[in-house]
Amino acid sequence: MTLDDSQLQGRTREFLAAHPPASTPRADFLAARFDAGLAWVHYPEGLGGLGLPRAQQAVVDAELEAAGAPDNDPRRIGIGLGMAAPTVLAYGTEEQKRRWLRPLWLGEEVWCQLFSEPGAGSDLAALGTRAVRDGDTWVVNGQKVWTSNAHNARWAILIARTDPDQPKHRGITYFVCDMTDPGVEVRPLRQITGEAEFNEVFLSDVRIPDAHRLGEVGEGWRVAQTTLMNERVAIGGMRLPREGGMIGPVVTAWRERPELRTHDLHQELLKLWVETEVARLTGERLRQQLVAGHPGPEGSGMKLGFARLNQRVSGLELELLGEDGLLYEDWTMTRPDIVDFTGRDAGYRYLRAKGNSIEGGTSEVLLNIVAERVLGLPSEPRTDKDVAWKDLSR
Amino acid sequence: MEGPVQVSTSVDLLYSETEDQLRAAVRDVLTDHCTAAAVLDRIESDEPHDRELWKTLAAEMGLAGLLVPEKLGGQGATHREAAVVLEELGRAVAPVPYLSSAVVATELLLGCPAERPQVAAQIGELASGRLVGALAVPFATAPHAPYARVRRSADGLLHGTVTAVADAAAADLLYVATDDALYALSADQDGVTVTPRTSLDLTRPLADITLDGARGGEPVSEDPDTAVRRALRAGAALLASEQLGLADWCLTETVAYTRDRHQFNRAVGSFQALKHRLAELWLETVNARAAARNAADALATASPEIPLAAALAQAYCAPVAVHAAEEALQLHGGIGMTWEHPVHLYLKRAKADAIGYGSAGRHREALAELMDLRAP
Repeated sequence: MTLDDSQLQGRTREFLAAHPPASTPRADFLAARFDAGLAWVHYPEGLGGLGLPRAQQAVVDAELEAAGAPDNDPRRIGIGLGMAAPTVLAYGTEEQKRRWLRPLWLGEEVWCQLFSEPGAGSDLAALGTRAVRDGDTWVVNGQKVWTSNAHNARWAILIARTDPDQPKHRGITYFVCDMTDPGVEVRPLRQITGEAEFNEVFLSDVRIPDAHRLGEVGEGWRVAQTTLMNERVAIGGMRLPREGGMIGPVVTAWRERPELRTHDLHQELLKLWVETEVARLTGERLRQQLVAGHPGPEGSGMKLGFARLNQRVSGLELELLGEDGLLYEDWTMTRPDIVDFTGRDAGYRYLRAKGNSIEGGTSEVLLNIVAERVLGLPSEPRTDKDVAWKDLSR
Repeated sequence: MEGPVQVSTSVDLLYSETEDQLRAAVRDVLTDHCTAAAVLDRIESDEPHDRELWKTLAAEMGLAGLLVPEKLGGQGATHREAAVVLEELGRAVAPVPYLSSAVVATELLLGCPAERPQVAAQIGELASGRLVGALAVPFATAPHAPYARVRRSADGLLHGTVTAVADAAAADLLYVATDDALYALSADQDGVTVTPRTSLDLTRPLADITLDGARGGEPVSEDPDTAVRRALRAGAALLASEQLGLADWCLTETVAYTRDRHQFNRAVGSFQALKHRLAELWLETVNARAAARNAADALATASPEIPLAAALAQAYCAPVAVHAAEEALQLHGGIGMTWEHPVHLYLKRAKADAIGYGSAGRHREALAELMDLRAP
């Protein structure tokens, strides 16, 4: 289908006229929006979209926002929307897409991601969770870690080793795991901030029907790339106003509390203000490239810059606050459903930002990716590529 | 509390198709007529400025008149196009007075009363590339800082010295400010002496200007501040595009070299220690591009954010160009330290540019003022 922006705008207005947000229950409104193809217009017709360019979603969103329409609380279901859905769309069978995408987008079913393991972080392809075929089902055993939302999730995207005799990248298969299976045990993983945003997930004889496999057996690594690229875009791609994000509370404190100012902090603040504003412009430029239909490689770098700036700015903030920087709001173990990097006090921001250069690919790994895929520099000599997974050192 | 400056959402940070075509045309000319070897040969000669290249770029291609409206003899283009030209001139460390004449001196005149016949005439001369103009202030002058002025004696003649003026030796017209007027002097008129200095950056040579009883004639403006600030601000803002071009060349060249250069039986570019440094440099150039485009677009749209965009672009891009050139030298190893290899031209230009129109620190001071982030 092709619709120009004004046609799409017209279609959205017709939809809003037929389903007035003020008098339509939220769940009904969202379901109708999905069925009208206005959920994510770049998805195919019948799956919540209209087969339009991704950039045109902005036209729909502007109309819906102006009409005060409810949304699907995207932050609560970020992993489903940002990682599971694109992967299901790219690799799922028709039946899988019909089964999963609608409840995912509506927020009826929360998704989580079972990728990282205690022994497989940066070297994710070395993962050891085993899936063994038993007729029409797979029997899965292993341990996953850093799983947000596992305690709320109905489904998980899971990668597991199906052939230990193959080199590590070739023996992996991608599944959708039912989190209500009795073999799934979820334990909170408390982190340095005091809270438990993530979980450890223990898989003991979990049974997954072969119909819940995404992509071919042994092709799981390739399928996972779709998921991971979408994760990094999500982490680095937030749109902020000037002085939004981490720099906001710092400049406010600077302006309102002159007694805190020192010369060395002034120099550092100005440098970070410049870098923050330039990073914001870089993000804006990236979005303009996407809208123009010419995505550049710039996106690969956004998360790197974002992590570094968050860490430096929050570090500066603690120092600026002096005595207040010695205090911490609350160490109580809580389980937040939504993570807001800037939502709590300065101490929290400082500690939480330490994870920004680890989660979703460490900065060191991302620098390798930029060097090899953007700049075309040769990779380091590899000793693991052609060795059977079972023979790797660990 | 909200910051005092509102964010404009209409900034266009991309390159248009026309701008891409302009870039290709300029790059073609520079590839043919401004090779590194040619620049190296020229900089120690008696004529460091490349007048032939200037003629091609300024007169034949019409690039000197990009900022000038058509009715005044220019191309009626904008700072966005001039910025693309500067990116390419930076990539080639081209020894032509484009920034000094086609941007700074031209903006200066555009800030003078256009109804004065000599102002319109001089704009036309600069736009055609027939004459080269230079604003007589030290190259290091920041847009918001005090600038050099000369003295007008009781007999109406001008006296004084202005040091380290960029491209003054190539200029036909020199613009000097007194406390209450701006004068255009001919470089060869009586009482004007232009003395070339030995410059760190030989591709944008500096000269001292001494006035010893020079006749000023009719001033081009009685409001020197407005014209000079406008000129320096445009210079600083568009210098960022030149710095981007310098950084881009350094990165591209160094990536190519480290892929090719083998030590320890591997391409040196396969070592993570080097790859990470190059990836960092790539991130910096990506950011520099956004900052430089933002500044060019602000000028082109006469945005109220010009002072902020110019200061931001200089505060960010100046250190990036220097870092790129320093990394290029180090990662080239011994060959990078030789006179024969062009990387030193980029290092010298980048370091001089980092001082030109105000250092990054001076521009951060300007930002502190603009954004109400005051010193203790």
